[in-house]
Amino acid sequence: MNAKANVWDMDELRLITGAMVILGGATGILVVMPYLLLQNVTPPAALKPYTNEQLVGRQSYIANGCVYCHSQQPRDTKQAPDAKRGWGRPTVAGDYAYDTPHLLGTMRTGPDLMNIGARQPSKDWHLGHLYQPRAYTPGSIMPSYPYLFEVRKGQPKPGETVVNLPPALAKPDEVVVAKPEALALVSYLLSLDRTYPALAGEKR
Amino acid sequence: MDFTVSLLLGTFLLSVAALFAFVWSMSTGLFGDGTAAATQIFAPNELGTVEDPAATAAQKGKLQQTMDADRRDRMSVADAEARSRADGSTSLVVGVCLTLAVVWLVLASLAGLISSIKLHAPDWWVQYDWLTFGRIRPIHLNLVAYGWCSLAGIGVAIWLIPRLLKTELVGARYALVGGALWSIGVLVGTVAIATGHSDGLEWLEFPWQIDILLVVGGGLVGFPLWLTLLQRKVEHLYVSVWYIGAGLLWFPILFLIANWPGLHFGVQQAAMNWWYGHNVLALWFTPIGLAAAYYFIPKVLGKPIYSYNLSLLGFWSLAFFYSQVGGHHLIGGPVPSWLITISIVQSVMMVIPVFAVAVNQHLTVLGNFRVLIHSPTLRFIVLGAMMYTATSVQGSLESLRTVNTVTHFTHYTVAHAHLGLYGFFSMVMFGSIYFIMPRVMNSEWPYPKLIALHFWLVLIGFAIYFIWLSIGGWLQGLAMLDEKTPFIRSVALTLPYLQARSIGGGLMTLGHLIFAAHFFAMGWKFGPKRLGAALLGPSLFSPRLAKGAVA
Ligand code: HEC
Ligand code: HEM
Ligand code: HEM
Repeated sequence: MNAKANVWDMDELRLITGAMVILGGATGILVVMPYLLLQNVTPPAALKPYTNEQLVGRQSYIANGCVYCHSQQPRDTKQAPDAKRGWGRPTVAGDYAYDTPHLLGTMRTGPDLMNIGARQPSKDWHLGHLYQPRAYTPGSIMPSYPYLFEVRKGQPKPGETVVNLPPALAKPDEVVVAKPEALALVSYLLSLDRTYPALAGEKR
Repeated sequence: MDFTVSLLLGTFLLSVAALFAFVWSMSTGLFGDGTAAATQIFAPNELGTVEDPAATAAQKGKLQQTMDADRRDRMSVADAEARSRADGSTSLVVGVCLTLAVVWLVLASLAGLISSIKLHAPDWWVQYDWLTFGRIRPIHLNLVAYGWCSLAGIGVAIWLIPRLLKTELVGARYALVGGALWSIGVLVGTVAIATGHSDGLEWLEFPWQIDILLVVGGGLVGFPLWLTLLQRKVEHLYVSVWYIGAGLLWFPILFLIANWPGLHFGVQQAAMNWWYGHNVLALWFTPIGLAAAYYFIPKVLGKPIYSYNLSLLGFWSLAFFYSQVGGHHLIGGPVPSWLITISIVQSVMMVIPVFAVAVNQHLTVLGNFRVLIHSPTLRFIVLGAMMYTATSVQGSLESLRTVNTVTHFTHYTVAHAHLGLYGFFSMVMFGSIYFIMPRVMNSEWPYPKLIALHFWLVLIGFAIYFIWLSIGGWLQGLAMLDEKTPFIRSVALTLPYLQARSIGGGLMTLGHLIFAAHFFAMGWKFGPKRLGAALLGPSLFSPRLAKGAVA
């Protein structure tokens, strides 16, 4: 360094120190503070932990990337008409007490699913919709998921769940059998129900 | 709401005040004279000499004429040889990283194109689980982010280090091992997503066991930088060094904290997810993209950047404000409202660094826009730098609550994402690779026309992609906000825009295939040999060239 070097000249030490302090600050605000604040949030009494089958279904929701089209975070009516669409009240941290990894999502190519179990409680509907969404909602761009089902000629085996397709889609000599993964996924969807009131005092 | 409005207003006033304070301090010389530091990337007597290895001899002649037609001074043979050695010290590792990056680019574009088509043809190729939209889309994201963008960034950063520090790279083998580990991580991670083993968080889909490869790889890649810094032969650290140095430090830490198994939960995990999601853009891709732009713009022109002091302001304010904007991805979500407000405020404050970078880079080019015709490198990089300004201004607006309420869950965000990571970052990387590869291979690009073809294909393709998707996304957002419009309307109305995106994306993909073919043609020394245009040696200094006499 020559004599003319001034206080604002960058050197290695300044660079490292500055970079680390700034990253530390941001991490403190966006990661550590929420951690401390949310650590002790208690699950609302009306919220049941997921059963094993529902957890398997949640895993399948992750594996098949439903989160890239569906959010799970209805917004306040002051901001958007989510509740009027039947998507439910705005959620609070406690509603996600059992949700790790979180599945909040950032896209609404499809509707919000935080309360789909309450809005659409029919297992048959969900199975058929996964098999062919366009048979239920014309114009839907949701992918069909034939690989979650088995299509066979003849009779189902005992214990198998046959999908009751709408007449337009059903073929007389064929059965569509839901694989266990599809059944688990639907049982997860049916468990999505946060219609109980938000805990008093839990604000955003 | 009132509180937010006043906070936003306060922020605005504060940023204006800060700008004035800064201009004042510069005019009184508080930051010192930056000339020495700004010319650090040139050899003695080199100022005024253009350098663009991607240009043909004729282009180079015209380029020189545009900038400084009566150029007589030369840089000394010793300096030229030293630079040659500096370039040579990185050839292998940079060649490997960039080759891998180009392979990832092609695969990633194909995955993007398939995702795009699937959005308007939902019954296309549905029989295979690994090709379902929900898997091929995160495969696209991870391949562009960790495959193409990161490895291209690493390659460019490593190549720049010895040039910036005027010495040879020390410890190239660490970077080589690091780049290899990284690439293996990307490959295995992609297979994990395809087979349904995603971690479930956007931008963090790779399972944590695989993430270890990226953390260690990223750390190893940064190692040579610090070893080389100890040997540096320059007095001042040029702007690009700060950005690269900081970026290489930040990434492994971010990635490590974000992927730590069992640490994060529920809503806290969502806050962490977007702390990471935005910081990987802000503290990893953006610094490397800016570092490249800060080097290549002045270097090609043979003219120092407009203001060194402004870059100082740009760097620190970028680091400070940009690192706290993660909450703007969760506006309206179940996270504490103070967190979101802080992020919106800092998103608006981002106008300061963006302004600093924009003034600095654009004023350096200002008055010389004709160089874009002659310099293939600058065509990509200057356009990329402009798109950086555009993305950021768009981003600041998009984080305002009123705007975000419309755009948040729509394709508008996707358009913005591509303006940033494609329009800005990828464009800058294309330009940098066109500059660097001739030095790495010691030969010129065999078919200069393909560079132009690549440029126009991706530019037109991207324009279609961005414009139509932005319009479609905005309309989609408005439809969703109108409670009387059934949801399915918001789906149906996007279809033509989604189709337009496939067309635009198809042109981009075609451009990438041509780029890759050209890249490998050069690698295999295929195609015509032109007059040693790329060589650092005599051609650059040929006085005839300076007059543009050589075709
Ligand atoms: C390409 C985007 C996309 C993907 C991926 C996607 N969906 Fe959908 N989904 C939609 C669209 C669009 C609709 C609205 C039209 C309809 O009902 O089909 C929808 C509707 C639904 C509905 C009905 C919602 C309601 O309010 O009636 C359910 C349930 C659903 N999706 C579940 C899933 C599950 C489970 C997955 C993952 C296996 C999934 N979706 C993947 C786009 C998608
Ligand atoms: C001042 C600078 C910027 C601001 C304030 C900003 C702001 C934003 C906002 C508000 C979103 C939308 C979040 C949502 O509604 O879900 C977003 C998304 C995004 N931005 Fe920016 N942006 C800026 C610059 C950039 C740059 C330079 C890049 C690229 C390097 C970039 C890349 C992205 C990407 C990839 C996303 C999508 C993230 C995702 O949902 O996966 N942004 N940005
Ligand atoms: C190589 C440069 C590219 C980069 C850096 C890039 C980057 C990205 C990013 C960051 C996202 C996430 C957006 C978000 O979450 O908001 C994304 C999504 C996407 N990209 Fe690209 N992309 C590139 C090329 C392409 C191409 C050529 C296509 C072809 C059409 C394409 C199509 C898509 C699609 C369809 C999505 C998913 C959008 C959705 O979920 O609705 N991308 N890309």
